[in-house]
Amino acid sequence: MNFRTFAAFVGPSVFMMLLFIAFPLVSVFKQSFYVTQPLYESVEIETCTPGFLTQTCVTETVSQPQLDEEGKIITQTQFVGWESYRNVLEPERAWRAISDGNWNVLSTINFWKALRFTLTFTLITLPLVIVCGLGIAVMINNAAQAIRGPVIFISLLPFIITPVIGVLSVNWLFRGDGILTALLEWWLNRDIALFAQAWTIEILMMLYRVWHVAPFAAIVFYAGLQTVNQDSLESAVIDGATRWQRMKYIVIPHLMPLIIFVSMIHLMDSYRVFEEIVGFASQGYVISLQWLTYDFLVPDQAGNRSISRASASAMLTMIGIAILLIFPLRRTWRDHKGGH
Amino acid sequence: MKLKTILMAGAMSFAAAAAWADCAYENEVPLKSLSAGFEAWKAVTDAMAECGNFSASLDQEFREKQPEAFAANPALYQIGGVANETMIPLLNAGSLRPLDDLVEKYGQDLLPNQLIKVDGKIMAIAMMVNAQHLMYRSDVLADLGIEEPKTYDDVLVAAAKIKEAGVMNYPIGGTFKTGWNLAQEFVNMYMGEGGEFFGEGNQPSINNEQGVKALETMKAMTEFMDPEYLVSDSTYVQQQFQQGKIAMANLWASRAAAMNDETESQVVGKVTMASAPMGAAAPSTTIWWDGVVLAANMSDEEADAAFRLVMEGMDGEMVSANNDVAVWLSPAYTPGDLAAGAAASAENGAKAYPASAPMGVLHSALGNGLADYLTGAKDAQTTLADIEAEYLTAAKEAGLINN
Repeated sequence: MNFRTFAAFVGPSVFMMLLFIAFPLVSVFKQSFYVTQPLYESVEIETCTPGFLTQTCVTETVSQPQLDEEGKIITQTQFVGWESYRNVLEPERAWRAISDGNWNVLSTINFWKALRFTLTFTLITLPLVIVCGLGIAVMINNAAQAIRGPVIFISLLPFIITPVIGVLSVNWLFRGDGILTALLEWWLNRDIALFAQAWTIEILMMLYRVWHVAPFAAIVFYAGLQTVNQDSLESAVIDGATRWQRMKYIVIPHLMPLIIFVSMIHLMDSYRVFEEIVGFASQGYVISLQWLTYDFLVPDQAGNRSISRASASAMLTMIGIAILLIFPLRRTWRDHKGGH
Repeated sequence: MKLKTILMAGAMSFAAAAAWADCAYENEVPLKSLSAGFEAWKAVTDAMAECGNFSASLDQEFREKQPEAFAANPALYQIGGVANETMIPLLNAGSLRPLDDLVEKYGQDLLPNQLIKVDGKIMAIAMMVNAQHLMYRSDVLADLGIEEPKTYDDVLVAAAKIKEAGVMNYPIGGTFKTGWNLAQEFVNMYMGEGGEFFGEGNQPSINNEQGVKALETMKAMTEFMDPEYLVSDSTYVQQQFQQGKIAMANLWASRAAAMNDETESQVVGKVTMASAPMGAAAPSTTIWWDGVVLAANMSDEEADAAFRLVMEGMDGEMVSANNDVAVWLSPAYTPGDLAAGAAASAENGAKAYPASAPMGVLHSALGNGLADYLTGAKDAQTTLADIEAEYLTAAKEAGLINN
């Protein structure tokens, strides 16, 4: 293929990637170093609000943004360097907590609290998703041809459900006297409040995530199982290999590239854990990095947003994912080099 | 709730397209409104739709849309529904039209206290007020010979008695959901103790005796609340009441009607509305108003039609038809038993919610920071100091405090 044809084929997607991926990233990166704010002035005004029978009027000094001739708010943008990152990371407080060896204090600083949960969540769900996915795939593979279709359909269902809806369902099943909590209470004969402490919420979140993602892993592994060399399997049987040994020495090495692939996707996805926090309304106990970014971005009642801190937090999340991906990527790279 | 809102919005646009029935005149200028989605707004916008050529968006996320929609020229919505705090961003951006001339022309039926004035100009027309106040199960308290609680100490004593008598495990309910609700509870308590939120130049001033007292009272209440209190919002508390699980709560007046809703409630007629418990200085509550604003970016003709339509929507006919839906500000409103709590709180000197740009920032900081005290991760002073620090960071970023 000559260069012109190649460029004509690749050009549109490169353009799209620049427009929709690179440009927003650069923009967020830039915003994390700048702060844009309205110019406020202090004015003394009288405000009257309704009471029941009379009106209450107060005269007070309030901060009001200045408007230009066209009636738009005058804003100023200034370079603040690393300040937004410092405001998110709070390094002085974090360092003081670490050097005092006081983990309780560290875990009350938003970013570190979120990082702790995000990492725990990602690293615990990863092996569970792989093992469950593999289990489901083997089950489908061993199912009789006649029922294989329905089995695939049923095991894919959790993956089809919209995450927020799934989380809300789990929330309603367990919250207060939800059906399943009531059942547990009846069975164990004691009062149970699953949303009253962090660890039960975290376990519910992880269970939900594994339930939700395992079908995806399963379908990828199931596809891989179709290409396992049947001759090797047969000779292994003749050599007297047990089911477990066949799995360990033939099937899993064969599926390894797919396992790496699923791990990478899962690392990227679960590091951005968000729906669980919102759906469980768990921010009093547990928050995640993605939720932190969202929280900075949501305007409060008076319309203020923290765009710069949100940008900084988004960049930090991206860096976190990049670091996590180094390990699987290095392995793929080595395999790739070894293969040629 | 979401689904209900969507259905209502759908029904609404259908109603707008259909024939207009009980309107005094026919509206010929196409108009749109954007407001919150609760019952009172539905009643008002329904009444407005009867005049034709009007479509209403009832949206619980209205506050995120309103500033941009009203800043556009021409504005995307001519009519907006706001409350104390949600009016601030519109006001600050200069997106609101002063209403003095229109009030003079069409506003003969308005009560003087419906006019929200900023710097001498009428900027909004309030239609209702809302406040959190004490609701209690009169039958449960009477059985145990407990008087109506007047302060939070009374509430706690009553709760202990109810628990001891084995009537209920968790006698108190509260809107303690982390975030806006929890912060609102603190604001109620703190204002009841007579605290001031800000000092000179928007500096925070909540780390004081009143702040600690407010926190301690909240924590004492949680002892008698369902342990999942950090996820309990107004709807949840309302349901706890309706299902007879709690005996007392400081809940919104707009939820009072639900207690006597026979299709949902098992405690019809058993819940009494009383003044919010007294703090050292005032009742532990804040008064909120909901009202209508008009966009600045529209023609005078549109503004004229929009205001006339609003007056039609808020008229006495609508209020009498929906008397128990809200505590209406209207001569046609007859306050019933359900409004007694809000009225008593106001009589005892409840203050308006101190809406302002810095208060918006502080409310968010409180909402995120208070849970650490209630879960026991921090003591009261540290919690308040950390909230102040968080407020300072956010306020500096917003430009409200000079570095």
